[in-house]
This record gives sequence, C-alpha cells and structure tokens, in this order.
Amino acid sequence: MEPAAIPLFRMEGVSKRYGGVKALEKADLTVEAGKIHAILGENGAGKSTLIKVMSGVVEPNEGRMLLDGREVKFAAPAAANQAGIVCIFQELSLIPDLSVADNISISNPPKRFGLIDRRAQRRIAEEALAKAGAEDLHPLTPVKDLPLSRRQMVEIAKALARNPRVLILDEATSALTAADVAKVFAVLKRLRAEGLALLYISHRMHEIAELADQCTVFRNGRNVASYRAGEKSDNEVVELMIGREYSHVFPAKPPLAPSDRPPMLEVRNLSWSDRLKDISLGVRAGEVVGLGGLDGQGQRELLLALFGVLRGVSGEILVDGAPASVSSPSAAKARKIGMALIPEDRKTEGLMLPMSVGVNLSFAALDRISSRGVIDRARERQLIDEMIELLAIRTDGVDIPVGSLSGGNQQKVVIAKWLMVKPRIILLNDPTRGIDVGTKAEIYQLLRKLAATGAAIVFYSTDYDELIGCCDRVLVLYDGAVKRVLVGDEITERALISSALNISTPGEGADMASAMSA
Amino acid sequence: MTINGGALWRKVDPAVATAFGCIILLLFLGSLYSSSFLSPEYLLQQLKVASFLGVIATGMMMVILLGQIDLSVPWVVAVGGMMSTAATGWGPTGEALAIPFGVLCGVALGLANGFGVAYLRIPSMIITLAVNAVAQGLMVVHTGGFSPQDASSAAMRVLATGHTLFGLPNALLVWAAVGGATVFLLSRTTFGRAIYGIGNRERAAYLSGVRTQRVVLFTFAIAGGLSAFGGILLAGYASKAAQAMGDAYLLPSIAAVVLGGASILGGRGSYIGTVAGVILITLLQSILSVIQMEEAGRQIIYGVVIIAMLLLYGRERRAR
Amino acid sequence: MSDWRYRLSEHRGTLLALAFFILMFAIYASNHPAGFTANVVQTAANKGALLALVAMAQTFVVLTAGIDLSVGMVFVLTNCLASWIVVGSPAMAGLGVVGVLLTGLLCGAINGAIVIYGRLQPIVTTIATGAVYFGIALALRPVPGGDVNSDLADAFTGRVLGVIPASLVALAAVVVVIWLPYRRSVIGRAAYAVGSSELAAYMSGVPVQAAKFFAYVMSGLIASMGGLFLTFITASGEASAANGGSYTLFSIAAVVLGGVSLFGGSGSAIGAIFGALMFRTIGDLMFVFDFDPLWQPLFQGVVLLAAVCLGSVRLFQIRNRLDLFE
Repeated sequence: MEPAAIPLFRMEGVSKRYGGVKALEKADLTVEAGKIHAILGENGAGKSTLIKVMSGVVEPNEGRMLLDGREVKFAAPAAANQAGIVCIFQELSLIPDLSVADNISISNPPKRFGLIDRRAQRRIAEEALAKAGAEDLHPLTPVKDLPLSRRQMVEIAKALARNPRVLILDEATSALTAADVAKVFAVLKRLRAEGLALLYISHRMHEIAELADQCTVFRNGRNVASYRAGEKSDNEVVELMIGREYSHVFPAKPPLAPSDRPPMLEVRNLSWSDRLKDISLGVRAGEVVGLGGLDGQGQRELLLALFGVLRGVSGEILVDGAPASVSSPSAAKARKIGMALIPEDRKTEGLMLPMSVGVNLSFAALDRISSRGVIDRARERQLIDEMIELLAIRTDGVDIPVGSLSGGNQQKVVIAKWLMVKPRIILLNDPTRGIDVGTKAEIYQLLRKLAATGAAIVFYSTDYDELIGCCDRVLVLYDGAVKRVLVGDEITERALISSALNISTPGEGADMASAMSA
Repeated sequence: MTINGGALWRKVDPAVATAFGCIILLLFLGSLYSSSFLSPEYLLQQLKVASFLGVIATGMMMVILLGQIDLSVPWVVAVGGMMSTAATGWGPTGEALAIPFGVLCGVALGLANGFGVAYLRIPSMIITLAVNAVAQGLMVVHTGGFSPQDASSAAMRVLATGHTLFGLPNALLVWAAVGGATVFLLSRTTFGRAIYGIGNRERAAYLSGVRTQRVVLFTFAIAGGLSAFGGILLAGYASKAAQAMGDAYLLPSIAAVVLGGASILGGRGSYIGTVAGVILITLLQSILSVIQMEEAGRQIIYGVVIIAMLLLYGRERRAR
Repeated sequence: MSDWRYRLSEHRGTLLALAFFILMFAIYASNHPAGFTANVVQTAANKGALLALVAMAQTFVVLTAGIDLSVGMVFVLTNCLASWIVVGSPAMAGLGVVGVLLTGLLCGAINGAIVIYGRLQPIVTTIATGAVYFGIALALRPVPGGDVNSDLADAFTGRVLGVIPASLVALAAVVVVIWLPYRRSVIGRAAYAVGSSELAAYMSGVPVQAAKFFAYVMSGLIASMGGLFLTFITASGEASAANGGSYTLFSIAAVVLGGVSLFGGSGSAIGAIFGALMFRTIGDLMFVFDFDPLWQPLFQGVVLLAAVCLGSVRLFQIRNRLDLFE
C-alpha cells in the first residue's frame, strides 16, 4: 500500500443546522484525486447539505474544510469555484433566457476591452460541450428551449469549462436518457484518469457499482461508513443507509380478491404530445400499481394527465366503468370521479408553506364542509383533528405554519389533505422523496390500509425498493410507453433495472393483458 | 380559535401594532400643535374622509392578497363617479338606480382586468394599466373633454355626507359595512381561503382542486366594484364628479395596504392592518395640510414615512 | 441552424417593435399634410425622444425583474433642476448638465440601495421614493418657470446636417455609448441573469446585488437625461404630478410594446425605444387622420390593450397547465 498522500479535500466535523433540524452533524469526508467517490444515503440523510457546504452555497455552523491540507472557507459559490471545487446541480444553475455559451461562461467570461468577448466565449463553449460529449448542441441555443436531458449536459459542460480539481455530481444523471448516461460515464472515467477528484452522489446502486472507487454512506447527517467499492454487499449498504434491517419496513401484500366489477381506474390509448404514447392500464379497487422506469420517461406526465392538468390528451379514461371527463384538478376531485394527486414537490405544489397546518389540511375539502360558500368551522376543526390523529402528524398545534414541520410530517399533511375528500383513486408522485425512514414506513402502511378499504392506488417512485415492497403490479415506462409489466414476484430489482434501461431479455415484453389487470 | 392567519386579527401582528402605534404618535404630535386634534369632531371628520380611501383600499387589499396589483383604480373610481351622476340625470329610474349602475360599471372593468390576469395570464400591472387607459378614454368621450356637469343623486349625497346612527357619519358606516363583509368573506368562506391560498402558492391551490382562475376573475371584479363605489361616494361628497377624481387614490391605497402589514407578494395580510394603514395615511395627509406644510414638503414626508415604516417591518428574509 | 437564425430569434421582440413602428410612421408621414419633411420628422422625434429615454430607463430595471415607478418623477425633478442650473455661460451650463445627471444617478442609487440593502419590494419602494422626488421637484419649482441655455437647447432640439433631428442623434449616441456596451458587459449580462432566474444566477456566482444596484442607478441616470431634454424643449421647469405619473405608466407600456418581458431576463432597450416611439405615433396618427381628439385617449388605450393581449397569444400553445404557474 502506498504511503498516504495529503488528500485533495477533507471535511472535518462539519455541522449545519436549519432552525431545529440538524442537516449535517459532525460530518467527516476525505476525497482523493484520481478517484470517483460515491456518496450514498437516503433522501434527507444530509447529502445535499454536504455538497452545499462544499460548494460554498451555505456556510457550516461548525467544523472545517481543508483543500490540499490548508483550511478554506467559502463565502459564496464563486469562491468555491475559484478554489477548483465545482458542483453540477440538477438544472438549478442554468439561466433560462441566456444561451448555452453564455451559461457556460457565466461566472468568468473571457473579456476584451472590458466587455465580454463573444467569439472567445463561443470557442470555450464548443470545447466544453465536446468535453462533455454534447458536441451536437449549438452554443447559441437559449437554454429554455432545451429539454431537461440536454440542459443537464450543458450543466456538465459548464462545470468542465471551469477546469475543476474536485467535481461534484448531485444526482446528475437522473434526467438523462440511457445513451447520455453512457456518454457521461465515459467522460467521468476519463476525468478520473486525468487526476480529478470526483464526488458522485446517487442512490442508484448499479451506477455506483460501475463507477465508484470509494464509497461513503451518510445517515441522519453523519458519515456512518466509508469503504472501498465492492467491499460491502448491497444489502449491507442499504442497512447502513436506513439503520436497520429493511425487510420489516414494508407491510404484507394480501392477494386481491377476484371480482366482477370493472377496474376503478381504466385508461385506454392515452397519448399526449410526444411524452405519452398510447398507454393503456387498469387499476382495480384495492390494488397498488407502481410506475417504474428511469426518470423522465413519462411517469409524471401520466399522473398529470390522469388528474386533468394536461391539455390535448387523447384517449379514454374510465372511472368505475364509466367514461370520465377529467378537464381539470377540480373536476378530478369531484365526487363523481374522486381522484387525488399527491404531487411531486410538496413545498411548491402540495402545501402553502407560510399558512397554518390546519388551513393546509382542510384546503382540498373546503367545498365538502361548507354550505353555500360559508365554511362550517366546527366540522372543519373536527376533520382536522381526526386527520392529525389518523396519520399521527407531529405538530405543535394547528395554527403554526406548515413550513415549520419536518419533511415527513409535511408530506403527511399533504396526504391527509387528500384523504379528507375520501378519494377512490389515489395518485402519488414520488411521495417519499426527502422523507425520513420512520415516516416512510408509516406511509407504506397507510397505502396498504387505504387499498384495503377499496381505493385504487397508482404510485410513481424512483426507489426500486419501494416499488418492490409496496406494489402488487409495476408498469415500467420507457419513452412514454409501457415497456413491461411485472406482477407479484416478478417485481425484482434486476427486472426493474433491465426493463428501465430498455434491455429486453427473451420471453419478456409488454403484455397488454397484465397491463390492464393483475 | 383562529384557524388561519385570520382575516381580521393576526395575534398582534407586529406590522399592525406598529401602524396603530404610529397613528397614536401622529395624534400626539398633532395635539402638540393644537388641542383640537383630539376633539371628537376632528377625529370623526378624519374617519369620514378615510372612509373613501378605505372602501377603495379594501378592493386593492383583496387584489394584493392574490399577489397581484390593480393600477386601474384612478379611472375606475372616476367611472363610478361619472356614471352614477350620469344615471342620475336620466330621470327618476336612473336616479334610483344610479348607485348600482355605477358599481356595475366598475365590476365590468374589473372583470376585464380579471379575465386578462386569470385567463390570458397577462401581468396584472400591465393589464390594469391598459384598462385604466381605456376607462379614461371612455370617460373623456363621455364628458366631451369638459368637466362633468351631472349632479349626484340624493342617495349618493346622503351616503357620503349624512349622519345617522348615533351621529356617526354615514360614510364611516358604509366603510364599516364593506369592511365587515370583507372580513367575513376572507375568513369564513371558501372563496376567501382560496384567495389566501392563491396568493401564497397558486400552483398548490390549483393542484388542490381550487378553481383558481374563477377566484382571480371574481376578486378583480369585486375590486373594480369597490373602486367604483369609492368614486360614487366621492361624487356624493362633492355633489358631482370631477375629471381625474381618482388619481389621488391609487398610490395611497397601495401604501395603506402595505403599511397595514400585507405582503405585496400576496398571501399575507389582515383587514385590520389595512384599516390602520388607511387611517394612518389619512391622518398624515390631514396633519400635513393643517400645519400648512406646502405640498412639496408633504410629498417628501409622505414618501419618507412609508419607506421608514417598511424598513421597520416590511423586509424580506436574508438569502443565506 | 446557422447563427443568424439564433440572433434573429433572440431579438424577436425588438425587431417586431421596429417593424411596427416603421409601418406606423410611414403611414403617419405619408398622410401628414406637410408630407415627409424634415420639420415633421424633427417635431415627432423631439416628442418621441422624451418617452424613449424614460422607457430606456425603465428597461434597465425591468430586465432584472424589478420595476421603477419613480422614473417619471426623476424625469420631472431633473427637469425642474435643469431649469435652474443649466443656464448662463457655456461653462456654467455644462456644469449644470453634469449636476442634473448626477442627481439622476443619485436618485437611482437611493432606489437601488433601499431595494437591495433594505430588502424592500421595488414596487412599493419606488412609489414612495417617487413621492419624495416629486416633493423636491415641487420645492424647486412651485410654479412653472425657469430658463435654459439656449445654445444647448437649440443644439439638441434642432437638426444635424440640416435634415437629421439632433434628438435622434442624441438617442442613438446614448444607445451606442451606454446600452450596447452595457449589454455586452459582465454586469449587463448579470442583470439579464438575475431577471431570468435569480436563484440560478446566485448559484452560478453571478454578482446579483451589484447587477441590481447598477440597474437602478442607470435608470436614474437615463431618466435624468430625459428630464434634461424636456428642459431643452420647453425651456422651463414644471413640477406636474400628472406629467410624472403619465411618463411612468407610459414607460411601462412602451417597455411591453417593445418586447421587454415584465418578468425580467429578456428584451432590449432598443426595443423599448421603438415601443415608446410607437406609442407616441399612435397619437400622431390620430391627428393626421383627423380623428376627433376626443377619441384619442380611448384609441390609445384600446391599442395598448390589444397589444398586451396579443402578447399572450402563445398561451394557447401551453400543453401542461402547470407551466402557467411559476
């Protein structure tokens, strides 16, 4: 074994608190040049805070960071960039109205006579795009005209243009097509050979298996394990991530009783724009159907289409056997149809953060507890109390702003809000993202209970374990169409991954019958 | 128990407390100049004058709660005044229906605003500006470019200048009625909740199944009606309408709402705050005119006071 | 796609404004009783330049997703100030001009400081500062009056080379000397970035606060140029609240007509200039076609309404309603 050189970057005892929540607690990290270091952890484990501290977006409350053995402090992202630490975010740092070239050179543009040298900037952009494997992008394209996967490539090019010494990728491949993912991996391996230190944050085990040299697991804001890639089994890693054996987290899946009734939710030949292609599926009352596949394959759009948010949707939707015209969320919510959508981003789509817990809870059900527009306050209060108890929402009363609740409790409020309207069909858009493990388990139990009372549940998740643990059937989407349907025991991680990546094995294929019902 | 950031009261919101504190301060300073500042006659007179601004600011508050702004106030106020006085001149039926007619004209203009904002997604700043210009154009054509000569109806005059209940000015009672209805609407109805929700996060309100476009449309319609109603009261007070009668009410109505603690970004604000803001501004303007400060000084002090108060409690959070 | 396609698409709003303006002016000039003469153009240019300058000032702030409702009052204030100090010998008048411009800069700086360091919303801040600036203007000129150095005034309101209105030359000079370099500068691009997405700009290390502050300062400066020019035209100073208010509101209209987005991040001061000229030409068109002057304000309002509604036509292409909400 070689004598240990001074590591390129070290973090010692770093803590960061947001109000009462400890995002990072005395975290340590060692990053070496010429290696790809994977950071694993659940959502909420502290990974994003870790990178925010490293890249100068936030300041830590305690602890220190060392670059080349010398202590550094970053007052702003610009300072971190200057020091050679560059972070590739998920799309957050691109300016939509500016061109690709402008974005790539946004922080340190080439200048001539004090003004930006557009030609030099163009050359820099072309070089950076080539380095990132995205030569086909025209540098003058406005970023807002690019789809998500292309924007991610621009983000990568932008980071590479700064000649970083430490490159951090925060779930950077989540929006990419399979082909782009392969290109990016090639780029990362080349950069590693050139001596960069790469920090790769992901919870996708197969990606980490392919790329990483070193792994560190974070849980509850602490570094709980650091090891060479391959030294631990997937199971061991997952247990490190969640802190206990995970087989107990999911409730049992009782078999569905046979029934003559039509599916509670049926979709026939649903198409929309170029994102949804001729999708057909059926969900029976009491069933939990999952949507799988890589990010951005149409899962979100499918849920939005069902809920009436999208315009120009062709195809049929039937609820409880009868054709349903879902023209808007308020139509979807109506008693006739009875749909609920737990949206993707609870902070901007599910809740009004500054408003109280009570108001958020009753928000969707107001028309059910009012007569001629006037709210029945007593009934409202009663329902609110019921929901808080039913879901065990931990809050200091109903009047405090919902923004002060923890992520898990916030999500419970979103779910409770919809349970108040007693929906027959519940759509969930990645509901456990960013939530602590305990609350996740509660939500899984809740979903099973709701199914038992006769609700039809459609559940999109980016977490394979959830799909395996919660769903009776999983429809794997690829490029807007149902690629494969997995039923019962067929739902395994391997099957999910291979169908997500559009790798077909002989004997498999989308079976229309199993798409419609179990 | 108050379920939400209640429309009437917000557990001693620091903004509202500051506003009322400033009112008391102003009265104190005024009394140093002359003891008649604290006389009931003077105070009632101030409240009467404040009522006109109060009615207009009520509509503005609702629009601001949505996270929008209504720059059509100047000429919708004028439309209210001019159309109601015009109707008065159209025979006995016209006179009887003068007030509702004026209000309806305001509602129509408000609907135009609301349609542009809700369905065409035009920024409220620019659509209300355009509607204001159109309203001005219409009134110029109507009056032939001259000062409007029509007289107000008796009803209008009584509302604006009469005294009934316990000798309280009618205008104040009107404001109280409008305010009471507004508080009820905002705190006890689904419509009111929807307004706060949309102002806080329209996306989330929409995804919760609220018909956000309708709510926005009707809110602007109500604001238009209230602005016009303010114009009707003003015409009743002066016994006739006047060119550009609404110009002096735009900025004060926005300032009153903001000084009362409402966030210009929407979703936050209580009516009592707006009441405090209206009284504060009316008192400020009145004191400045009584001590015979020149218009120049008045404008400067007016602006400085608003900035100072906002710096006290209207600041946004730090970025990091 | 070749380069020029991208450039065209980037400046779409400005080019549309230019096209419309040329069309309208052509109709105007060809129907003017005096015809397309230098005099006609000069008068139109002088009036148009006033609003063009104020619209340009507004553009700087709107690009950062802010708004400056004091722009009309700075315009009035600097007009009144100029009627006092841009007088006397050429040297004195020259100093006076510098003084006026510095005042505009100061007004802008005050706006910027309150918005950025006081962290108040631009709309309320500039309403309040506007009142203060107007008060000062009123103190300077309780009644209209004053004077201006006639040589300077004639130079700027007259003609260059016998045909081209000096006001247009001056406007062009402001564009070339101030706007074009600004647009290509780091701080100018930072302003676009901030208006487009302040969060992304911050994450990318763009100097957000400096960009916003500079935008307000530039707004004050250009507005003061407008006030100065008004003094050249009227040779007096008048503290008219109605005038100040109109210019503020018309500057917003001009900016929208010129293709600048009120949400920030896109548009150009050149477009705003054409938007202002368009707006002015509407009034002139009506005069030329013997429109009853009584109907002019209505016509102007309807045109403005139609213009802003047209801007939202692309709404019908929105397929995901969530995109309607930010």
